Amino acid sequence: MTTVLFYILGFILLAATLMCITRRNPVHAVIYLVAGFFALALMFYLLGAPLVAAWEVIVYAGAIMVLFLFIIMMLGLAPQEVPEGPGWQRWLPLVLLSASLMACSLLIILQDPAAGQEIPDFYLAPQALGEALFSRYAMAVEMVSFQLLFATIGAFLLGRPLPKGEDQ
Amino acid sequence: MNDLLISLVLILVKLGLILGVVLTMAAYLVLAERKILGRMQLRYGPNRIGPGGMMQPLCDVIKLLTKEDFVPDRADKWIFLFAPGLTALAALLSFAVVPFSPPVTLFGREIPMVVCDLNIGLLYIFGLSSLAVYGVVLGGWASNSKYSLLGALRGLAQLVSYELALGLALVPVVMSAKSFSLNAIVMAQADWPNLLRHPLAFIIFMISITAESKRTPFDMPEAENEIVAGYHTEYSGMRFGLFFVGEYINLVVIGAMTTVFFLGGWHGPFLPPVVWFILKVLFVAFLFIWARGSMPRPRYDQLMHFGWKVLIPLALLNVVLSGAISLAVNS
Repeated sequence: MTTVLFYILGFILLAATLMCITRRNPVHAVIYLVAGFFALALMFYLLGAPLVAAWEVIVYAGAIMVLFLFIIMMLGLAPQEVPEGPGWQRWLPLVLLSASLMACSLLIILQDPAAGQEIPDFYLAPQALGEALFSRYAMAVEMVSFQLLFATIGAFLLGRPLPKGEDQ
Repeated sequence: MNDLLISLVLILVKLGLILGVVLTMAAYLVLAERKILGRMQLRYGPNRIGPGGMMQPLCDVIKLLTKEDFVPDRADKWIFLFAPGLTALAALLSFAVVPFSPPVTLFGREIPMVVCDLNIGLLYIFGLSSLAVYGVVLGGWASNSKYSLLGALRGLAQLVSYELALGLALVPVVMSAKSFSLNAIVMAQADWPNLLRHPLAFIIFMISITAESKRTPFDMPEAENEIVAGYHTEYSGMRFGLFFVGEYINLVVIGAMTTVFFLGGWHGPFLPPVVWFILKVLFVAFLFIWARGSMPRPRYDQLMHFGWKVLIPLALLNVVLSGAISLAVNS
């Protein structure tokens, strides 16, 4: 049962991601990506990590993709004509990137580093996850939050109104 | 096998019951809103059809169903068609985790009065509310009209900003229940409701949930006097109806959420728990209708400034304070 569900979800995820990168219309691409995130969240749920599934939907589908949509709509990005040129030049970077990603995934699957390991219990319970984050991985959490703080300060600095008489 | 079948039937019965009750409540909240607003503005409101206008919702539905389902020229057809459904769907799905009564024992079987008691119920509701944003945004974008697009942009910015304050306001509630499960949150309020324990969180929650549900005074995404009807300007017939009903289902959802998080859920003296639950939900819905009848709409930039510069810092402060207090009380 779980295996069947996994393959169905995997197919949806792959199809959605494929549709996302082939759409000309950026809003359509975002919708496919959101669909992909939902499939991914369900997969996490299937793996026994409901908390991660919920965060996947709230953070990625609910916040980050909404901000993507906001920018796309603000800029009024229309579907654009594809510039002329030899086809392989445009596709080469994408192909290389995907091929390397695929090779990595294949290696991981072949070696299967997680085999024989127990699933940590902080996958399951919110409390255990919180304790793990703020005791065992406290250093990493602090570092990530500092990076976010830097980003916020940077955005604030870039967006601040210039003093009168000063030019860009 | 037999056991599985019984569980399946039970879940289907619960789903049917919730769907029926919620849709009926939504339909009659439309009527209640029109009548209460009418009284507040010194007029009667709808009173022609049925005794006291009680059949008005039925007529509204028939009217909406028989109107032409119009898709504007150059609109993005598929997105235009599914966006209203998304709004209504997200609102309806939230009820899956809302407990409306303590477990009932029937034929020697304990039946929990909630469709699915997820241990991340609160996060599930947040996930759905982020899905509801897409209904507004995509509907407005797909209409290919400047008013719709403006409404969608406003809605998007407003919902994303106030979701933060909403989430932060609920942190003290989760702290005192020590769980994300809605059932556990209700159980933790057996002695007194969270309203008395976390009054500041309640105020922040009420303000941000008003903005989150796009209701007056925070209905900038559909402000009639600036942008016609905002994101649903181009919709007609039952698709407009879905947006409209979605809004009222949302009102029931908000009532249920406020009841569960702050008003003690189904706890209450004398009356049966389900009755208490429905009464509290209706009371919260009445508060929202009351607010609509008595408050003007602020400017859009005032709304955003208030959200980011007042509400979110206040909510953060509240989280720190509640944490400190509960730590001091427990040790």
